[in-house]
Amino acid sequence: MAKLVEINNLKKYYKTPRGTVHAVDDVTFRIEKGRTMGIVGESGCGKSTLGRMLVHLEESTAGEIIFDGEDVTQLTDRDMKKFREHSQIIFQDPYSSLDPRYTVADSIREPMVVSGKYSRAEAEERTKMLMDLVGIAPRLRLAYPHELDGGRRQRVGIARALALDPEFIVCDEPVSALDVSIQAQILNLLKKLQQEKNLTYMFITHDLSVVKHISDDICVMYLGQLVETSPSHDLFVKQYHPYTKALLSAIPSTDIYNKMNRIVLKGEITSPIDPKPGCRFAARCPYACEQCHQPQKLEEVEPAHFVACCKVREINELKK
Amino acid sequence: MSAEAFLQVNNLKVEYITKEETVYAVNDVSFQLEKGKVLGLVGETGAGKTTIARTILRVLQSPPGTVMDGSIKIEGVDVLKLSEEEMEKIRGKKITMIFQDPMTSLNPVMTVGEQISEVIALHNDIPSSEVRKRAEEMLETVGIPAERYDEYPHQFSGGMKQRVVIAIALACEPDLLLADEPTTALDVTIQAQVLELMKELNKKNNTTTILITHDLGVVAEMCDDVAVIYAGEVVESGKLEDIFLHPAHPYTVGLFGALPRLDEDVEWLSPIEGLPPDPTDLPEGCKFSPRCPNCTKECRHWDVHLDEIAPGHFVRCIHAKGEDK
Repeated sequence: MAKLVEINNLKKYYKTPRGTVHAVDDVTFRIEKGRTMGIVGESGCGKSTLGRMLVHLEESTAGEIIFDGEDVTQLTDRDMKKFREHSQIIFQDPYSSLDPRYTVADSIREPMVVSGKYSRAEAEERTKMLMDLVGIAPRLRLAYPHELDGGRRQRVGIARALALDPEFIVCDEPVSALDVSIQAQILNLLKKLQQEKNLTYMFITHDLSVVKHISDDICVMYLGQLVETSPSHDLFVKQYHPYTKALLSAIPSTDIYNKMNRIVLKGEITSPIDPKPGCRFAARCPYACEQCHQPQKLEEVEPAHFVACCKVREINELKK
Repeated sequence: MSAEAFLQVNNLKVEYITKEETVYAVNDVSFQLEKGKVLGLVGETGAGKTTIARTILRVLQSPPGTVMDGSIKIEGVDVLKLSEEEMEKIRGKKITMIFQDPMTSLNPVMTVGEQISEVIALHNDIPSSEVRKRAEEMLETVGIPAERYDEYPHQFSGGMKQRVVIAIALACEPDLLLADEPTTALDVTIQAQVLELMKELNKKNNTTTILITHDLGVVAEMCDDVAVIYAGEVVESGKLEDIFLHPAHPYTVGLFGALPRLDEDVEWLSPIEGLPPDPTDLPEGCKFSPRCPNCTKECRHWDVHLDEIAPGHFVRCIHAKGEDK
């Protein structure tokens, strides 16, 4: 399988009056073409910042983002425009990500007008085709966002992201604002589009059942650091990092007979401002020791299953 | 229906009436709850869950909210018939509510301690030193050190704020707790902490609870009974096992099908087609009929009532069959 996106030691720091926020700290992974990489973590873990850096809405502080063999952190403005045609983003909140003064057709057409790739007539034709593709009735062409429900608005957001035929789409919590029955419609739509157009997704969410459903591979993040990554199926069978274990056990299950043994974590997420070196989860980790305050390396504990924890072998009784 | 149920809601009907239109928010809702039990009110945005809770606490915004019909009896007393003065004595003491968003339900210019003390002082005739002591105990109960009594809400994280809200709600040991999406705004590991806390306090004080949520996982974890609400109606109600193991209404079945699951792999989810109906213009007959896969001609025209298909398991569907029928 060919890799489409490769991220090496990517960092994003924000300077604030109280110190430097380490929003994304030294994250490395790759996404294969035509697959979905799920990024999970709780609020403030840096997953949205990561997504925004990948489509260059946010400049990275250090590290590489290699898209189709080219480091896009170093692009000139002109090449950047080209790059943006290949990589798009769908935002979380369909209520605020659409221009309230644009009709449905205006919103979908806009990227095509900006790119200059299409004639007026072509853009018009493609708008119709895209609306049909994402399931918006033609009669809503001239409707404004406030006239649409959340599910339809998100469909407009998706059509807009597809307007330039991108290869890669960052989906930043695209279903979090939607009700369960509508959420399922949108998840099915995203999956169908991926199969038809061989799209590559990075799917950011805090909802673990959603991420399990849609992803091929998963990265678990905690306070800007990548703590565990593996193929999706493996991760839900076996978790190695203590945070991943706690996170998965915290999900309330709809199975009323088989209750999981819950690991209730003590305390809350610590501050990402000027953090000490080492594992950021150590403060809440039941297995924390001296060694945890050293920088942690991602280690391959099973084929394609990487964990950043110095005690991983001890906790999980693995051979050294 | 047993006469001794602690809470009895009968034929409740609430509308929001404005000059332009009338929103039929709650349509003929009835349910009951025994002392010490936890009832889950489940449904999607706009189903009328929060309106029901606000009506029980009598904090419905009026106008435009108007109770058209029905009764809400707590230990035999109809709260809808009480005067505002009588209600003030009950509210905060006998019935309390946890609101969804801890970020906006606390007063930003009062310390968290004062906000807990306020409730205690209002309902108990005790010296102020005693009030403070009780408020500090309450903070400790929800897992916040008493030293943080004099801090302001902005100094607390989301999970901590929700604990403060819970402390305020439980400060006077209420008989009935209305919890409106108490963990929806929280991260999953923090949600786990808050749910554990609520379970513990529930057991200790034997508080009757109505838990409003759209998260079926939370319901499975917390509730004894479940009522599924759709377009302002109870479409199915029963024991937790009835709803989770033998869902009978097509909407309930649809909700479970639409949910991505951790314990099963499916290629495609089964969404419920279409959208919830416009509450100003509800369909005739069964309100779910336009989205229902089993809809027949009768569904669109007949009045559909709640039928008891098994002891204690009620379903509002003319095609529903009992588990043993």
